[in-house]
Amino acid sequence: LSIREAVVVDYDIGNVFSVCNALRHVGCVPILTGEHAKIAHAERLVLPGVGAFGKAMQELGRRGLLEPIRTFCATGRPFLGICVGMQVLMQRSTELGEHAGIGLLQGSVERIPSKVDGTPLKVPHIGWSRLLLPDGAPGDRWVDTVFAQFAASRHSFYFVHSYEARPMHRTDILAEVDYGGHRIVAAVQRGNMAGVQFHPERSGVAGQRMLRHFIAM
Amino acid sequence: VAGTVRLIARLDLKMDFLIKGVHLEGWRKVGDPSKFARRYYVAGIDELIYIDVVASLYERNNLSEIVRRAAEEVFIPITAGGGIRRPSDVKSLLAVGADKVAINTGATLDPDLLARISDTYGSQATVLSIEAKRSPNGEWEAMADNGRNHTGRDVIRWAAEGARRGAGEILLTSIDRDGTGRGLDLDLVSAVTREVDIPVIASGGVGRVEHLVEGVTKGGASAVAMARALHYNQVTIAEARAALDRAGIAVRLPEETPS
Repeated sequence: LSIREAVVVDYDIGNVFSVCNALRHVGCVPILTGEHAKIAHAERLVLPGVGAFGKAMQELGRRGLLEPIRTFCATGRPFLGICVGMQVLMQRSTELGEHAGIGLLQGSVERIPSKVDGTPLKVPHIGWSRLLLPDGAPGDRWVDTVFAQFAASRHSFYFVHSYEARPMHRTDILAEVDYGGHRIVAAVQRGNMAGVQFHPERSGVAGQRMLRHFIAM
Repeated sequence: VAGTVRLIARLDLKMDFLIKGVHLEGWRKVGDPSKFARRYYVAGIDELIYIDVVASLYERNNLSEIVRRAAEEVFIPITAGGGIRRPSDVKSLLAVGADKVAINTGATLDPDLLARISDTYGSQATVLSIEAKRSPNGEWEAMADNGRNHTGRDVIRWAAEGARRGAGEILLTSIDRDGTGRGLDLDLVSAVTREVDIPVIASGGVGRVEHLVEGVTKGGASAVAMARALHYNQVTIAEARAALDRAGIAVRLPEETPS
């Protein structure tokens, strides 16, 4: 069996420590780097991120990492964005002003509404939520994706965020969760590019199963 | 309360030891924090909070080391607090695997610290820790240095100010109930959850599973922290989860046991 490697993009944002720990725990060798060539030619790529969207884009831009990430995504090899690392796949965000994203998926990132049908929602959304199939998606939506081994409404993952992705194309939505009657996009996927709003590295056994599946892709 | 309610294990630390007191005083050694963290993780706890109760008196290398060890074998969110006075203190804790930091005394001395931390690391990583003591007039005062010092701040107003300055969550501890097992101070919890629109973790006084349920249904808490009840096996995590579930409160679904 060959040793599985994952390049983890190092851009001084988010706790890459936890992501690398979790990858190691599932038998993967994480390669934490900001080197353009290593990112563009990775076997598989993980883009972590916590904090503000604008700050993440600024740090990626300042380090010249946007092109290597685009190059990688065009290769068809597996890509996983986590939290803000998923949000930056979108075209723009309204978090603390207007910010452009990488734009590989159409749509925006907006603040979670503070009210749904008159009922207040606490923002940020913090906690473990059950992964659901997107509203209206076919039952086989998760086949051949990072959620291939999961059944809908059976597995909880840890979320902590105030902003949510709103993909323009519903087919880009891979999973949702229910937050007080409001549907939040929990994961996106188009081709080889996947992104999760939750933190698999902090989601216990369920998160590890997902990561194990990702590194086997 | 929207979303799932979180069950949190709170681990108070002194040097290398897990300790527990009553009313944030009279601390006794409980054991090795790594063993307890591991035990709670395997039993399905949703989150861990570490508070170094003597951080202002000693160097905090112990806390960083304990968090680092936990982050290597426990794959759930970790909050660390105690003695945080500047953003660089936050950086060093996040670098060893903490997901959030809890700030009490540092924020009461310099409320802008919350804004500086949340601007740099995000409000999701910024937890305002409030240690509330009921005054003779029936209101609550925020105490500093683990209940040792007065701040003169009214808890409800301080919670609102903390949220405005960038805290993403409030860890609300009742000093009066801490370590007593008599139940949460529900008046305190509901007064704060009504005031702020960020999640509130209720802490201090849980001795039975009913206390968890009422913390959510009557107090409006988004999460409940337990210490003594867990450390001394008065409540198991499975019982706690089952009680919340029976009360119709959404909780994380148990997965298979971690390896």
